[in-house]
Parts: sequence; structure tokens; C-alpha cells
Amino acid sequence: MSATTLPSAAARPWRARWRIEASPVQVLAALLVLAFLLAFLVVPVGRVFVVAFTGAEGGFTLVHFGDFFRTSLFIESFWNSLYVAAMSVVVASLIAVPLAVILARHRFPGAALITTLGVLPLVMPPFVGAVAMQLVFGRNGTVNLLLMDWFGFRIPLMEGLNGVIFVQALHYFPFILMNLTASLSNIDVAMEEAGQNLGAKGFTLLRTIVLPLALPGYLAGASLVFVKVFDDLATPLLLNVTNMLAPQAYLRVTSVGLGDPMGYVISVILVVVSVIAMAGAALILRGRDFATQQRGGGGLARRPLSPLGKALAWSFVIPVLLLVLAPHVGILLLSLATVWSFSPLPDGFTLAHYATVLRETPQFLTNTLLYCGLAGAIDVVIGVVIAWLVLRTKLPGRKLLDLMAMSALAVPGLVLGIGILRTYFDVKMPDGASLATSWIMLTIVYAVRRLPYALRAATAALQQVHRSLEEAAENLGAGKTTTLTRIVVPLMAGGLAAAFVTSFATAAVELSATLVLATRDVDAPLSYGIYVFMQSAAGRGPGAALGVIAVLTVAVCTYAAHRIAERERSRRMREGRATA
Amino acid sequence: MSAGVEIERVSFGYGATRVLEDVSLTIRKGEFFAFLGPSGSGKTTLLRLIAGFGMPDSGRILIGGRDATRQAPWARNVGLVFQSYALWPHMTVAQNVAFGLERRRVPRAEREQRVKAALELVGLAHLMDRRPAQLSGGQQQRVAIARTLAIEPEVLLLDEPLSNLDAGLRAGVRAELVELQRRLGLTTILVTHDQEEANAAADRMAVLDEGRVLQVGSPAELYDHPANRFVAGFLGTANLIDGEVTSDGFRAGGIALPVHAGATPGRATLALRPQALSLLRDGAGSLPARVVRAEFLGGHVRYTLEAGQGIRLIAEEPHLRGLQPLPPGAPVGVAVDPAQTTLLRH
Repeated sequence: MSATTLPSAAARPWRARWRIEASPVQVLAALLVLAFLLAFLVVPVGRVFVVAFTGAEGGFTLVHFGDFFRTSLFIESFWNSLYVAAMSVVVASLIAVPLAVILARHRFPGAALITTLGVLPLVMPPFVGAVAMQLVFGRNGTVNLLLMDWFGFRIPLMEGLNGVIFVQALHYFPFILMNLTASLSNIDVAMEEAGQNLGAKGFTLLRTIVLPLALPGYLAGASLVFVKVFDDLATPLLLNVTNMLAPQAYLRVTSVGLGDPMGYVISVILVVVSVIAMAGAALILRGRDFATQQRGGGGLARRPLSPLGKALAWSFVIPVLLLVLAPHVGILLLSLATVWSFSPLPDGFTLAHYATVLRETPQFLTNTLLYCGLAGAIDVVIGVVIAWLVLRTKLPGRKLLDLMAMSALAVPGLVLGIGILRTYFDVKMPDGASLATSWIMLTIVYAVRRLPYALRAATAALQQVHRSLEEAAENLGAGKTTTLTRIVVPLMAGGLAAAFVTSFATAAVELSATLVLATRDVDAPLSYGIYVFMQSAAGRGPGAALGVIAVLTVAVCTYAAHRIAERERSRRMREGRATA
Repeated sequence: MSAGVEIERVSFGYGATRVLEDVSLTIRKGEFFAFLGPSGSGKTTLLRLIAGFGMPDSGRILIGGRDATRQAPWARNVGLVFQSYALWPHMTVAQNVAFGLERRRVPRAEREQRVKAALELVGLAHLMDRRPAQLSGGQQQRVAIARTLAIEPEVLLLDEPLSNLDAGLRAGVRAELVELQRRLGLTTILVTHDQEEANAAADRMAVLDEGRVLQVGSPAELYDHPANRFVAGFLGTANLIDGEVTSDGFRAGGIALPVHAGATPGRATLALRPQALSLLRDGAGSLPARVVRAEFLGGHVRYTLEAGQGIRLIAEEPHLRGLQPLPPGAPVGVAVDPAQTTLLRH
């Protein structure tokens, strides 16, 4: 070997490592997405952190956090938020765990009913439900008035923090139900039979085999509920509970002003606790993705219920159904009520509230259609671009782009709203108004918040399109563009449609960021309209009418997304059979 | 310790679907027995009934002479190794193996020692603290076997134990299983659809099809003396020719084949192993035929021949260097050894 060949041989891997394997189109697409994420997610949230740690004369300081922990109201709010989030998980678990066990492990004639139970709360935004729950379970609500008349006592279900816990648990228990049911029914039946073969039965079997295997699903659901409740602004606000963290941050920013550091300090705490909760769950779950470690056999055997078991199951499912339906029925009654106050049921019924909202404030509806439609479209486009970059190119840093978009999950709407407000308040539109409070910014914030869901849907849709399908088209003479438009996009269409509808529906009922950013009624969407109406006793009827419209919108969209997904699945199964 | 299993006239079904029809079998104490059959033959169902997963609609199952038909799975001392191994991913290897001993309230010290012994038996004592996901497929299977052996079962049941292993591993693992079984003298029942697996491992086996036991015997007995068309065709390759036994041999499609002396005349099916046919390149032999197709398989060449009026025969010729396979259309002579023929009556 001669000395002169050595350096070039050693340099080869270096050159290969540094060569960027990307076309200009890929680089441009990545840069555009990066700019969007930086401008509307990273910089605003970073700004919140910077302000929280910056002293009055600039420079790093912890003095604001010192102030926070010296203020009794904040300390109280902190513990209240933790308490409410934890108790919501407990109450939601009390509802969800028995339902999941009945659903996944037993042949129960009411299984379809439980499945419905699991969807109903999701189409009802908790802040819409909150008002209805006051009317049904509040101090002077239907239930307590009847209890008072018949038995002479009340149940303080809706008093203070109890009300928040009750409303949140009823709204979020489906997350635990769905995750736990899925992981229970994913357990290979041989896992249980192996236990029986070695001498375990009944409760021992449940304790040693079944529950530990289902734990990952439960924890995933429970941590999600914890974080969602901990971060939520709208529900406590509508129930007039302000001694919690999110309402405190909102009140500081809106009443004391954008310059007050406390709103930012609280925002940082919200983000940190959320991240700790999610990271903690992820840490416990590490290496425990049991579903992928099992093979063969179907799900756990569903066994028939004894007559006693059946009776017990029904006597649990029926009350839960009534509880879950209460906000739906309540909001419907309220929207149709002439007057409903201090009585179990409304005094009379009218359609006037619907006429009012359609005549006087139709912009709430049209605004929501416009903003959320645009946001959904932005999500689908960005989602497809990132998915394509990650799965189909070798662009350096593509995984980082994916991670950045997904990190929006850890950012509460309130925090993003505050960050956007702080960053863009001084940027003026041509008409002199602030960019931060314009409808454009609201649309962008909706898009950023829902992007993770759309991104996952787009990634899943693109993964379904096997690379060989594209190669077959290229082999038969189709160029990159033809392949994309004739093969890839049509095959992804179903998944993308579902992603759009989901983004649209969830954005339509987002209130946390909306409350911070919306200032004028003319620019405001449906969720803001409901909130504003609900602030006054006279506005409750029209507010409820808007609420019913919102619930119907979400329900229709959810159903549509479900149908699209089902159609895709059955199509794929047909194709799978054809090729098998 | 080890015990025999008696299956007495067991029938089983799901609703209108019959899975097992009047099955009777005796598995002797200490023997390696195989249930062999195609998928849907009911072999796995029968194994699961022995383990207590499901109850026969009629009939009895006796383990070590005692009636276990209505005994719950956890009350029997029968070890089942699942096809998927069913190792619990949330427990370590040692915890998996200790599980059955904990249920039997074995004191801690003895338990630890028995866990270690069971794992040493399969050569995995050094992986005690791993999780199943950290093991290879072959190691997982050994853990599954150790977990079952730790409870010192009366019978060991193996459900398709080799099907989840790479093809290259199977022969080795099979030999280890047999060696282990011999060493322990433990009654073992293997379920498989692979005749080679059953032939190589089992002392005796039962061939099942559509929920019925068709024949029971040692692998060589079943191969040499199949009782019917199905057994003849399922175990190895067989030429099955429908025809009639006459005073001067077996006649079918214009050809005559020799059968052993004293065969009763009448309609029958003649079963002929490919190696019972000798191919004579010089055209001699009792039966003239024509080559339809030749497949070169390395050690031998498999010929499809045609004789008489469309009678197809499969014959094998050992391959030696320099010997060219015969081309299609080439005439050959075939000689049949009557001692190698089996007559199947309908």
C-alpha cells in the first residue's frame, strides 16, 4: 500500500457523510415548514420561557419564580390544579375501568351501548357541558332540587373544584376507556391460558397476568387525562373557578397586562408539569410495549356473564349512561327553554334562541367554518410534506422536523396563545390592528395545535402506500409528478380526509387559545361566542343554542371521519385478500 | 410422576361444527407421542382438551388413570408449551419460570433452586434476569419449556413447537427435545402438521383428519402399512392407483401390476412408494412407460411417468455423477417389487 493512497481512502467516508442527499425541492419544502414551525410554535413558546426567566432590567433571574412560590394564591392554585387533575384521573378511572373490563372480557348484550358511551362525551366540548351540568347537578339544578324536595338534602357535586373534577372526568374518561379496552383486547389469549395451565385462576390470574399486561394502555390514557385537565382553561373559567393555574395565568395576562411576568411563570409551570407527566408515563412504559411482543392467538376470550354479573353490569352501565347524557340533554333543554331557573325542568319551550344566534351573530358560525377549514387544510398540507420528507427522502434533520411538529402536543393552548400574543402584539396589520389578535393568527394557532394529529394520520397514510407501488409506476414510465398525483395521493386520500375532518372538528371547539387571542365579536369563532353568551344569564339560551350547533358539528365530523376510516380499512382488507 | 393419558370416545364441537368425532387413544406412560394431521384436523383441539381448555361433549379423558374430564386447567398437572410460547413480557425469565411454583406455594428457597434447575436443563440459567423480548426465538422456546418443566408435570404437551423457529434451527431443536424427553422419561405429546417432525421425534403417532383418528402406530408402521388413502398420501409420496385385483395381478387403465400372492380379488387402490418402482433405462421390466417430466432434486431425480391409458406414476432414481436425466418422451421400463405394494380396500 503506497502512502499517497492513504489520505483519499480515509477521506471517502467523510465525503459520503457530508454529501446532502436531497433535491432543491425537498430542501425548499423543508425550509418552508421549518419557518412556519419556528415562527408560530418555537419562537412564541421560547418567548414565554425567556420572559419568565428575565428580570426587570434584563438578564437571567429566578425572582419571578420566587414571587410565585411566595404568593399564597398561586401556591393554592398550583395544588388545586394538581388535585383536580389527579382526582379527575381517579374519577375517570372509576367510570372507565369497569366499562373496559366488561367490554373487553365479557359477552355483554349492552356492548354497543358502552361503545356509544365512549364517544358521546368526546363530541361535547367540556366548557359547553359545564353550563349544562350546573343546571342538572348544580346547587339549584334539577337533581338537587328534587333531592331537596323529596329527601331534604343536596349533593355538592358542582361546588368549586368538585364541579371541575366532575365535568372533566365525565368528559375525558373515554381516553382511559379506549386505551384500556384496546390493550385488554390485544392480550394474546395464550398469555392467560399459560397462567391457567401453570395453576392460576380467577383473581390471581387477573392480578398477575391480565392487569400488568393492560397497564401500559391504562397509563397512556391516564397520563393524557391528567395533562389535558391540568392545562385546561375553559372549563374552570366557565364554572367560575379561578383559583387554579390556567385561569390565574389567563387573568394575569388579560387583566394585569402582557408585561406582567406571572402569566409567563405559570405558563412555564404548566408546560413543565405536562412534560414531566408525559415523560414519567413514557419512562414507566419504556420497554413495555407488550402488544408488539405478543404473537399468534386472538384477543382474550370473552366469557359469558352470570345472571348476577349481568345485573351488576347493567346497574353500572345505566347510571353511567345517564351521567354521560346529562350534559347533552341539559344543553338541548337550555337551548329550547324560555326560562330555566330554580326549577327541575324549564318553564316552557321555544326556538327563539336559535333564531337569535342565526340572525344576530351568524358570523360565529361562518368564522368557525372559515378558520377551522383553513386550519385543517394547512395541517393536511404540512402533515403530508413532513411525512413525505421523513419516509421518502434522506434529507438531514427530517426527523427533527417531525419532532418539532409533534412537540405542539406538550404545549397547552393557553401557553401558545400567550406566546403568540407576546411575540406578535406589536406587528400591525394594514388596517392598524394587531396581527396577534387577527383572525389569521387564530387560524394559524388552530393549525399548529392540531398539526400533530394530522401529521400522524398523514404518516400512517403514507406508510400504507408501499414503496413498490410507486416503483411499479416509475418502472412503467411515470415521472415523479405523475407518480405522486396518480398513485400516491389517491392512495392517501382517505387517511388525509379523516385527518382534515378531525383537525376541523377539534379546532371548532378549541377555547383556551381562542380566549387569549380573540378580542372582537366580529372576528370570533363559535367557541368564543358560546363563552361570551354564557357570561350573562340572558345569554345562556342563545349560548346553549350555539353549543348544540357546535356539538352537532363535531358529532357529524367525528362520524364522517369514522366512516372514512372504516371505508379505508375495508378497502385495504379487500386489497389484502386480493394479493394474498 | 410421569403418567399415561387415555382418551375414551371423545367428541367435541362448536355449535354445529364438529371438531372431534369419537376419538379414542391410549398414550403410554413415558412415551413420545405425536398427533399428526393437516390444519383443521382437530389435533390442537384434542391437545387443549387434555390441558383442560374446553370440555368434551361426550367421552372421558384419563390422566394417570384418574378421570380429569371435568377438571379445571389450573387443577391439572399437565404442562402445555404454547405455539406462541406465551411468555409473559412483563416478567423476567426467572419470574416466568417461578410462576407455576408460586401458585403451588413452593417455599422460596426450594423455588429458587427449582427455577435454576429448570433453566439449567435447557441451558439458559445465565439469562435468568432477562425479559422475554431480549431473547431470540429459540431461547424463548427453551424458557417456555423450562417454565412448563419446573412444575414437574405428569404430561408434557407441545403445540407445534418448531413452527415459530427459523428453518435452519428446527432439526437441532427437535433433536434436543427428543434427547430431553428421553432423559426425563416424561410422557410427551407433540402436535404437528409436519410428517418429518413427527417421524423423527415420536415413538408412536396418531394421524388425524377431519376430527377422526385414522391410524395409530410407529412412524415406520404407518409409512409401510398405511390403512387408507389419506395416511398413505399424507406420510411421504405415494402413487395411488384405483383398479381391481384379479387372479393375474392388479389391473388398472390397461396395465397390470404385481401384488403379493393371496390377495383377495375385488376393487381396491394400490399404494406404491416412488422408491418401490425401479426405473430401467434399457426398457426391460414388466411395465413399459414414457417420461412426462423429470425434476432434478440433487440426491435423486423424480420422474413423472405415464403408462397404459393415462396412468401417472411417480418414480425416483438415485442420481450419480455422469448420469443424465431422461428427457420428456423417453421410453423406460418399470419394475415393481410386489413386497413393497400395499392394497387399500374401500
